[in-house]
Amino acid sequence: MADPNVVDPIHQFAITDILPIGNSGLGITNAALFMILTTGLISAYLIISTQRRSLVPNRLQLVSEMLYEFVANMVTGSAGREGMKFFPFVFSLFMFVLVANMFGMIPFFFTVTSHIIVTFALAMLVFIVVVVYGFVRNGPKFLKLFVPSGVPMYILPLVAVIEVISFLSRPISLSVRLFANILAGHITLKVFAGFVVSMGGLGFLGWLGALLPLALTVGITALEFLVAALQAYVFALLTSMYLNDAIHPGH
Amino acid sequence: MEAEAAKFIGAGLACFGMAGAAIGVANIFSNFLSGALRNPAAAPGQFSNLIFGFAVTEALGIFSFLVALLLLFVV
Repeated sequence: MADPNVVDPIHQFAITDILPIGNSGLGITNAALFMILTTGLISAYLIISTQRRSLVPNRLQLVSEMLYEFVANMVTGSAGREGMKFFPFVFSLFMFVLVANMFGMIPFFFTVTSHIIVTFALAMLVFIVVVVYGFVRNGPKFLKLFVPSGVPMYILPLVAVIEVISFLSRPISLSVRLFANILAGHITLKVFAGFVVSMGGLGFLGWLGALLPLALTVGITALEFLVAALQAYVFALLTSMYLNDAIHPGH
Repeated sequence: MEAEAAKFIGAGLACFGMAGAAIGVANIFSNFLSGALRNPAAAPGQFSNLIFGFAVTEALGIFSFLVALLLLFVV
Protein backbone atom coordinates (compact mmCIF):
# COMPACT_ATOMS: atom_id res chain seq x y z
CA MET A 1 0.00 0.00 0.00
CA ALA A 2 3.01 2.31 -0.37
CA ASP A 3 2.34 3.11 -4.05
CA PRO A 4 2.85 6.90 -4.32
CA ASN A 5 0.09 7.21 -6.93
CA VAL A 6 -2.54 5.82 -4.58
CA VAL A 7 -3.97 7.78 -1.67
CA ASP A 8 -2.77 6.20 1.57
CA PRO A 9 -5.16 7.23 4.34
CA ILE A 10 -3.50 5.11 7.01
CA HIS A 11 -0.08 6.73 7.10
CA GLN A 12 -1.38 9.69 9.12
CA PHE A 13 -1.90 7.41 12.13
CA ALA A 14 1.70 6.16 12.33
CA ILE A 15 3.47 6.80 15.62
CA THR A 16 6.90 8.31 15.16
CA ASP A 17 9.62 8.88 17.74
CA ILE A 18 10.58 12.44 18.53
CA LEU A 19 12.85 12.00 21.56
CA PRO A 20 13.52 8.28 21.85
CA ILE A 21 15.20 6.82 24.93
CA GLY A 22 17.42 4.23 23.28
CA ASN A 23 15.44 1.23 22.08
CA SER A 24 13.02 0.99 25.00
CA GLY A 25 10.13 2.70 23.25
CA LEU A 26 9.63 4.95 26.27
CA GLY A 27 10.68 8.21 24.68
CA ILE A 28 8.54 11.09 23.48
CA THR A 29 6.56 10.05 20.42
CA ASN A 30 4.23 12.26 18.43
CA ALA A 31 1.29 10.78 20.37
CA ALA A 32 2.98 11.60 23.69
CA LEU A 33 3.79 15.12 22.48
CA PHE A 34 0.18 15.84 21.58
CA MET A 35 -1.12 14.40 24.82
CA ILE A 36 1.28 16.70 26.68
CA LEU A 37 0.13 19.64 24.55
CA THR A 38 -3.52 18.76 25.25
CA THR A 39 -3.19 18.63 29.02
CA GLY A 40 -0.85 21.65 28.97
CA LEU A 41 -3.33 23.74 27.01
CA ILE A 42 -6.28 22.74 29.20
CA SER A 43 -4.40 23.41 32.45
CA ALA A 44 -2.89 26.67 31.22
CA TYR A 45 -6.22 27.99 29.97
CA LEU A 46 -8.18 27.08 33.10
CA ILE A 47 -5.52 28.41 35.47
CA ILE A 48 -4.84 31.66 33.61
CA SER A 49 -8.48 32.45 32.90
CA THR A 50 -9.57 32.04 36.52
CA GLN A 51 -6.58 33.77 38.09
CA ARG A 52 -8.45 36.99 38.86
CA ARG A 53 -11.55 35.22 40.16
CA SER A 54 -13.67 38.23 39.45
CA LEU A 55 -17.33 37.98 40.46
CA VAL A 56 -18.40 39.34 37.09
CA PRO A 57 -16.32 37.20 34.75
CA ASN A 58 -14.29 38.55 31.90
CA ARG A 59 -14.41 36.75 28.57
CA LEU A 60 -11.81 34.07 29.28
CA GLN A 61 -13.23 33.28 32.70
CA LEU A 62 -16.69 33.16 31.19
CA VAL A 63 -15.68 30.32 28.88
CA SER A 64 -14.21 28.37 31.80
CA GLU A 65 -17.39 28.93 33.80
CA MET A 66 -19.54 27.82 30.86
CA LEU A 67 -17.53 24.62 30.52
CA TYR A 68 -17.77 24.00 34.27
CA GLU A 69 -21.51 24.59 34.29
CA PHE A 70 -22.07 22.40 31.24
CA VAL A 71 -20.28 19.41 32.74
CA ALA A 72 -21.73 20.04 36.22
CA ASN A 73 -25.29 20.04 34.83
CA MET A 74 -24.53 16.83 32.96
CA VAL A 75 -23.13 15.12 36.06
CA THR A 76 -25.93 16.19 38.40
CA GLY A 77 -28.53 15.31 35.76
CA SER A 78 -27.23 11.77 35.41
CA ALA A 79 -25.73 10.93 38.78
CA GLY A 80 -27.48 13.25 41.21
CA ARG A 81 -25.90 15.53 43.83
CA GLU A 82 -23.66 12.73 45.03
CA GLY A 83 -22.24 12.46 41.56
CA MET A 84 -20.48 15.79 42.02
CA LYS A 85 -17.87 13.85 43.98
CA PHE A 86 -16.74 12.63 40.57
CA PHE A 87 -16.95 16.01 38.89
CA PRO A 88 -13.14 16.51 38.59
CA PHE A 89 -12.85 13.06 36.96
CA VAL A 90 -15.66 13.62 34.45
CA PHE A 91 -14.52 17.18 33.72
CA SER A 92 -10.96 16.02 33.05
CA LEU A 93 -12.19 13.27 30.75
CA PHE A 94 -14.47 15.66 28.88
CA MET A 95 -11.81 18.34 28.42
CA PHE A 96 -9.12 15.85 27.41
CA VAL A 97 -11.27 14.14 24.78
CA LEU A 98 -12.65 17.46 23.49
CA VAL A 99 -9.27 19.19 23.14
CA ALA A 100 -7.55 16.06 21.79
CA ASN A 101 -10.25 15.69 19.12
CA MET A 102 -10.06 19.37 18.23
CA PHE A 103 -6.26 19.24 17.97
CA GLY A 104 -6.70 16.43 15.49
CA MET A 105 -8.71 18.69 13.21
CA ILE A 106 -5.74 21.04 12.73
CA PRO A 107 -3.78 20.08 9.60
CA PHE A 108 -0.57 18.15 10.23
CA PHE A 109 -1.41 17.61 13.90
CA PHE A 110 -1.64 14.09 15.26
CA THR A 111 -4.99 12.83 16.58
CA VAL A 112 -4.40 11.15 19.90
CA THR A 113 -7.88 9.62 20.22
CA SER A 114 -7.59 7.85 16.88
CA HIS A 115 -5.62 5.09 18.57
CA ILE A 116 -7.55 2.33 20.32
CA ILE A 117 -4.97 2.09 23.10
CA VAL A 118 -5.63 5.68 24.19
CA THR A 119 -9.42 5.37 24.18
CA PHE A 120 -9.24 1.91 25.73
CA ALA A 121 -7.07 3.25 28.56
CA LEU A 122 -9.64 6.00 29.23
CA ALA A 123 -12.56 3.56 29.07
CA MET A 124 -10.84 1.02 31.33
CA LEU A 125 -10.13 3.83 33.79
CA VAL A 126 -13.85 4.65 33.88
CA PHE A 127 -14.78 0.98 34.21
CA ILE A 128 -12.34 0.33 37.05
CA VAL A 129 -13.46 3.46 38.91
CA VAL A 130 -17.10 2.35 38.57
CA VAL A 131 -16.47 -1.21 39.75
CA VAL A 132 -14.13 -0.29 42.61
CA TYR A 133 -16.30 2.57 43.87
CA GLY A 134 -19.43 0.42 43.48
CA PHE A 135 -18.02 -2.29 45.71
CA VAL A 136 -16.43 0.14 48.17
CA ARG A 137 -19.66 2.09 48.62
CA ASN A 138 -22.28 -0.64 48.41
CA GLY A 139 -20.45 -3.83 49.31
CA PRO A 140 -22.03 -6.98 47.86
CA LYS A 141 -25.27 -5.01 47.26
CA PHE A 142 -23.55 -3.63 44.19
CA LEU A 143 -24.48 -6.89 42.47
CA LYS A 144 -28.12 -5.81 42.68
CA LEU A 145 -27.23 -3.95 39.51
CA PHE A 146 -27.54 -7.20 37.60
CA VAL A 147 -30.94 -8.11 39.04
CA PRO A 148 -33.53 -5.67 37.69
CA SER A 149 -36.62 -5.29 39.86
CA GLY A 150 -39.85 -6.91 38.80
CA VAL A 151 -38.34 -9.85 36.91
CA PRO A 152 -40.11 -13.23 37.47
CA MET A 153 -37.99 -15.86 39.21
CA TYR A 154 -37.87 -18.42 36.42
CA ILE A 155 -36.25 -16.04 33.95
CA LEU A 156 -33.95 -14.35 36.45
CA PRO A 157 -30.78 -16.41 35.75
CA LEU A 158 -30.95 -15.66 32.04
CA VAL A 159 -31.56 -11.95 32.61
CA ALA A 160 -28.71 -11.79 35.13
CA VAL A 161 -26.28 -13.37 32.65
CA ILE A 162 -27.37 -10.96 29.93
CA GLU A 163 -26.96 -8.01 32.30
CA VAL A 164 -23.45 -9.12 33.30
CA ILE A 165 -22.40 -9.50 29.66
CA SER A 166 -23.77 -6.08 28.76
CA PHE A 167 -22.01 -4.57 31.79
CA LEU A 168 -18.70 -6.12 30.77
CA SER A 169 -19.12 -4.82 27.23
CA ARG A 170 -19.29 -1.21 28.48
CA PRO A 171 -15.55 -0.41 28.33
CA ILE A 172 -15.36 -1.96 24.87
CA SER A 173 -18.28 0.00 23.47
CA LEU A 174 -17.14 3.21 25.18
CA SER A 175 -13.64 2.97 23.74
CA VAL A 176 -14.58 1.70 20.28
CA ARG A 177 -17.29 4.36 19.84
CA LEU A 178 -14.79 7.21 20.31
CA PHE A 179 -11.94 5.48 18.46
CA ALA A 180 -13.92 4.36 15.43
CA ASN A 181 -15.73 7.69 15.05
CA ILE A 182 -12.50 9.68 15.01
CA LEU A 183 -10.62 7.12 12.89
CA ALA A 184 -13.41 6.88 10.33
CA GLY A 185 -13.69 10.65 10.13
CA HIS A 186 -10.02 11.21 9.51
CA ILE A 187 -9.75 8.41 6.95
CA THR A 188 -12.76 9.81 5.09
CA LEU A 189 -11.23 13.28 5.09
CA LYS A 190 -7.95 11.92 3.73
CA VAL A 191 -9.68 9.89 1.02
CA PHE A 192 -11.81 12.82 -0.18
CA ALA A 193 -8.83 15.14 -0.14
CA GLY A 194 -7.01 12.55 -2.23
CA PHE A 195 -9.86 12.64 -4.73
CA VAL A 196 -9.33 16.39 -5.15
CA VAL A 197 -5.65 15.86 -5.89
CA SER A 198 -6.13 12.92 -8.24
CA MET A 199 -8.87 14.71 -10.19
CA GLY A 200 -6.71 17.82 -10.39
CA GLY A 201 -4.12 15.76 -12.20
CA LEU A 202 -6.46 15.27 -15.16
CA GLY A 203 -5.94 18.67 -16.79
CA PHE A 204 -8.34 21.62 -17.04
CA LEU A 205 -11.58 19.61 -16.91
CA GLY A 206 -10.10 17.77 -13.95
CA TRP A 207 -9.62 21.05 -12.13
CA LEU A 208 -13.28 21.91 -12.69
CA GLY A 209 -14.41 18.45 -11.64
CA ALA A 210 -12.22 18.58 -8.55
CA LEU A 211 -14.52 21.30 -7.15
CA LEU A 212 -17.06 18.61 -6.19
CA PRO A 213 -14.81 16.56 -3.90
CA LEU A 214 -13.44 19.86 -2.57
CA ALA A 215 -16.94 20.94 -1.52
CA LEU A 216 -17.52 17.50 -0.01
CA THR A 217 -14.24 17.75 1.91
CA VAL A 218 -15.29 21.12 3.34
CA GLY A 219 -18.65 19.66 4.36
CA ILE A 220 -17.07 16.61 5.93
CA THR A 221 -14.58 18.80 7.82
CA ALA A 222 -17.54 20.68 9.33
CA LEU A 223 -19.15 17.34 10.20
CA GLU A 224 -15.90 16.19 11.81
CA PHE A 225 -15.84 19.26 14.07
CA LEU A 226 -19.36 18.38 15.16
CA VAL A 227 -18.45 14.72 15.70
CA ALA A 228 -15.36 15.70 17.72
CA ALA A 229 -17.40 17.78 20.16
CA LEU A 230 -20.30 15.29 20.20
CA GLN A 231 -18.09 12.30 20.98
CA ALA A 232 -16.49 14.17 23.88
CA TYR A 233 -19.97 14.98 25.23
CA VAL A 234 -21.19 11.39 24.79
CA PHE A 235 -18.08 9.96 26.46
CA ALA A 236 -18.55 12.19 29.49
CA LEU A 237 -22.32 11.60 29.59
CA LEU A 238 -21.92 7.81 29.50
CA THR A 239 -19.25 8.06 32.21
CA SER A 240 -21.73 9.96 34.40
CA MET A 241 -24.41 7.35 33.75
CA TYR A 242 -22.07 4.48 34.63
CA LEU A 243 -21.06 6.34 37.80
CA ASN A 244 -24.75 6.66 38.62
CA ASP A 245 -24.90 2.86 38.45
CA ALA A 246 -22.07 2.68 40.97
CA ILE A 247 -23.63 5.22 43.35
CA HIS A 248 -27.22 3.97 43.11
CA PRO A 249 -27.14 0.34 41.98
CA GLY A 250 -30.33 -1.37 40.94
CA HIS A 251 -32.66 -0.10 38.21
CA MET B 1 -9.91 -17.60 -3.62
CA GLU B 2 -6.85 -15.66 -2.51
CA ALA B 3 -6.83 -13.95 0.84
CA GLU B 4 -6.53 -10.48 -0.76
CA ALA B 5 -9.71 -10.95 -2.78
CA ALA B 6 -11.57 -12.35 0.21
CA LYS B 7 -10.51 -9.32 2.27
CA PHE B 8 -12.01 -6.89 -0.22
CA ILE B 9 -15.22 -8.90 -0.54
CA GLY B 10 -15.49 -9.07 3.25
CA ALA B 11 -14.95 -5.33 3.57
CA GLY B 12 -17.74 -4.70 1.09
CA LEU B 13 -20.09 -7.07 2.87
CA ALA B 14 -19.37 -5.43 6.22
CA CYS B 15 -20.84 -2.20 4.91
CA PHE B 16 -24.32 -3.75 4.88
CA GLY B 17 -24.38 -3.27 8.63
CA MET B 18 -24.62 0.47 8.18
CA ALA B 19 -28.12 0.09 6.68
CA GLY B 20 -29.53 -0.92 10.07
CA ALA B 21 -27.71 1.89 11.84
CA ALA B 22 -28.99 4.42 9.32
CA ILE B 23 -32.60 3.28 9.87
CA GLY B 24 -32.07 3.47 13.63
CA VAL B 25 -30.69 7.01 13.53
CA ALA B 26 -33.53 8.12 11.25
CA ASN B 27 -36.00 6.55 13.70
CA ILE B 28 -34.62 8.58 16.58
CA PHE B 29 -34.70 11.90 14.78
CA SER B 30 -38.11 11.30 13.19
CA ASN B 31 -39.66 10.43 16.55
CA PHE B 32 -38.07 13.50 18.11
CA LEU B 33 -39.37 15.71 15.32
CA SER B 34 -42.90 14.37 15.46
CA GLY B 35 -42.92 14.72 19.23
CA ALA B 36 -41.46 18.23 19.06
CA LEU B 37 -44.04 19.34 16.52
CA ARG B 38 -46.84 18.17 18.79
CA ASN B 39 -45.35 19.63 21.97
CA PRO B 40 -42.81 22.32 21.09
CA ALA B 41 -42.46 23.49 24.69
CA ALA B 42 -41.09 20.12 25.81
CA ALA B 43 -38.61 19.79 22.93
CA PRO B 44 -35.56 21.67 24.32
CA GLY B 45 -35.67 19.58 27.49
CA GLN B 46 -35.30 16.39 25.50
CA PHE B 47 -32.52 17.69 23.27
CA SER B 48 -29.74 16.06 25.27
CA ASN B 49 -31.59 12.72 25.20
CA LEU B 50 -31.78 13.12 21.45
CA ILE B 51 -28.06 13.69 21.07
CA PHE B 52 -27.25 10.80 23.41
CA GLY B 53 -29.55 8.38 21.56
CA PHE B 54 -28.09 9.49 18.23
CA ALA B 55 -24.53 8.91 19.42
CA VAL B 56 -25.08 5.41 20.81
CA THR B 57 -27.02 4.34 17.70
CA GLU B 58 -24.46 5.76 15.30
CA ALA B 59 -21.76 3.90 17.23
CA LEU B 60 -23.13 0.60 15.92
CA GLY B 61 -22.88 1.79 12.34
CA ILE B 62 -19.34 2.91 13.05
CA PHE B 63 -18.58 -0.55 14.47
CA SER B 64 -19.47 -2.08 11.10
CA PHE B 65 -17.30 0.50 9.32
CA LEU B 66 -14.53 -0.43 11.74
CA VAL B 67 -14.84 -4.11 10.74
CA ALA B 68 -14.48 -3.09 7.11
CA LEU B 69 -11.37 -1.02 7.92
CA LEU B 70 -9.91 -3.86 9.98
CA LEU B 71 -10.34 -6.23 7.05
CA LEU B 72 -8.75 -3.80 4.61
CA PHE B 73 -5.82 -2.46 6.58
CA VAL B 74 -5.10 -4.67 9.53
CA VAL B 75 -5.67 -8.28 8.49
